[in-house]
Amino acid sequence: MSSWVLYALSGMAMFSVGLVGLFAHRHVVKRILASNIMGSGVLLVLVALARRVPSGAPDPIPHALVLTGIVVSVSSTALGVALARRISRLQAAESDSARSRPEGS
Amino acid sequence: MTGAWALMAWPVIVPLLGAVLALLVGRDGVRIVAGVASIVTLVAVAVLAWKVATVGALHQDIGGWGAPLGIGWRADGLAVLMMLTVALVGSLISVNALDHLGNREDREYLPLWLFVWCALNALVMSADAFNLYVTLELTTLGAVALIVVRRDLPGLEAGLRYLLFALPGSLCYLLGISLLYGAYAALDMGLLAQRVQPGPVTWTAAALVTVGLCLKTPLFPLHVWLPPTYGGAPTPVTALLSALISKGSYYVLFRMWLEVFAPVLDAEVGQFLGVLGAAAVLWGSLLALSQSKLKQVVAYSSVAQIGYMFLVFPMATSGARSGAIYLVVSHAAAKASMFVAVGNIHQAVGITELGGVQGLAYRMPFTFLAMALGGISLIGIPPSGGFIAKWYLLNAAIQTHQWWWGGVLLVGSLLAAAYVFRILRGSFLPLPPGVEVRSIPLGNELAPLALALIALVLGLVPWFPLDLLAVGAAR
Repeated sequence: MSSWVLYALSGMAMFSVGLVGLFAHRHVVKRILASNIMGSGVLLVLVALARRVPSGAPDPIPHALVLTGIVVSVSSTALGVALARRISRLQAAESDSARSRPEGS
Repeated sequence: MTGAWALMAWPVIVPLLGAVLALLVGRDGVRIVAGVASIVTLVAVAVLAWKVATVGALHQDIGGWGAPLGIGWRADGLAVLMMLTVALVGSLISVNALDHLGNREDREYLPLWLFVWCALNALVMSADAFNLYVTLELTTLGAVALIVVRRDLPGLEAGLRYLLFALPGSLCYLLGISLLYGAYAALDMGLLAQRVQPGPVTWTAAALVTVGLCLKTPLFPLHVWLPPTYGGAPTPVTALLSALISKGSYYVLFRMWLEVFAPVLDAEVGQFLGVLGAAAVLWGSLLALSQSKLKQVVAYSSVAQIGYMFLVFPMATSGARSGAIYLVVSHAAAKASMFVAVGNIHQAVGITELGGVQGLAYRMPFTFLAMALGGISLIGIPPSGGFIAKWYLLNAAIQTHQWWWGGVLLVGSLLAAAYVFRILRGSFLPLPPGVEVRSIPLGNELAPLALALIALVLGLVPWFPLDLLAVGAAR
């Protein structure tokens, strides 16, 4: 087995671990992290695929795709984390006001 | 060549520039900038559609870099029909959204909608599998931002839920594309179609692409995220999601499946997708019938209507393709009209239960006329776009000797009639005492009616869209 196959298979394994994690957990941060692991797995597969032709230089196209993939993944993670933060703040404010209401009245 | 390039570039560049400008100008200028950008985009799409209809399909390599290295854009009949749908339906939804949302949300809604519009136009023209991934993600990110535009807890939770289901969907698609590139060294769909061979790699890639896109669209049984997301999003945004944004991932699947994968897959795989589509029709309709909230009835109806669109995969004749795309277009108009009408009803009485419609037909005649016309298209009663779509699907079922899909169409139509009449019946009951009906601006009442009329006109003059669909089609 050539080494790029090993890398590609590790990428597939990461993808699968992330996929399971995404649906097995309820905690939002864990699910965002799981989707990150999935994404990294796909990108690792792409990096490994660049070496699939044994002789000569690696294929540059998958590397260009990986760069784009990283940009997309950073943006969507940032959006997910920002949403999660705002939700937890709103929930905290809501439970605060729910707690203080009986005392105040 | 440059002429074709300009024609295809305008519908993408104008909404993008409009979105950026609308973000930059102060609160007073947003509506003007967005309005001008929308009108220019509408004209640009119409000119492109006219050119494609009269001259034929256009193809352009971006920056002069051809496949396999560069990214190609193609505008055939199918692509421009989708662009026309997005332009007309999206603009009418947005006109209604202006009054429905508050002033602060307006300032963010309009640039975000223009951004999503730009992404959808780029998506339907893209002939490159990786570029499709990028445009799908742009659409998703824009959609999430639109869902949370109100910054309230239900909206935020709906946005995060949508993101966390759309992300694995896109990643499955990307992994499938990566495997295809590894095996065939091509991303251009035309090249892929020439090079794919039956084999484990192609099958795995096809499975990943299909599952990922079915999760995003969504197809039963991957639809679990849809009802809560549609419920939590502001109603005009729900209309955009159901009418246009969910069609983006269906469009990618339609292209990839019928142009790239179909020749190398066994017929049974198409049958499997058809069975899931049929299950979606039955399950979605039954759940729509059993909902107690008005918006959820319309949301579950989307699960069912998406199911019909998957009946194209087992039949795959040119008639079935026309039927499925015709359903995409008429469902976009009809469902947008119904969601916008639901938004009007919520605004007028502030009751989200189905019983809240009681007596409203007398107070909001245009809204309920729109609801009825939209419902007619969902059921598939002539003359409506839904009828033409189902007629084509039924013909394809008979032609390919797969009569059972015809049975699914009939049962689904009956169930649709039941849930549509459940809404309409209540509206004609007398208004319960003590309910205050706030008046709705006339423009808001007319927007859903205009959308419903599009669905009706699609049934009266089907030749133009059907002829357009045939331009540059595979067969």
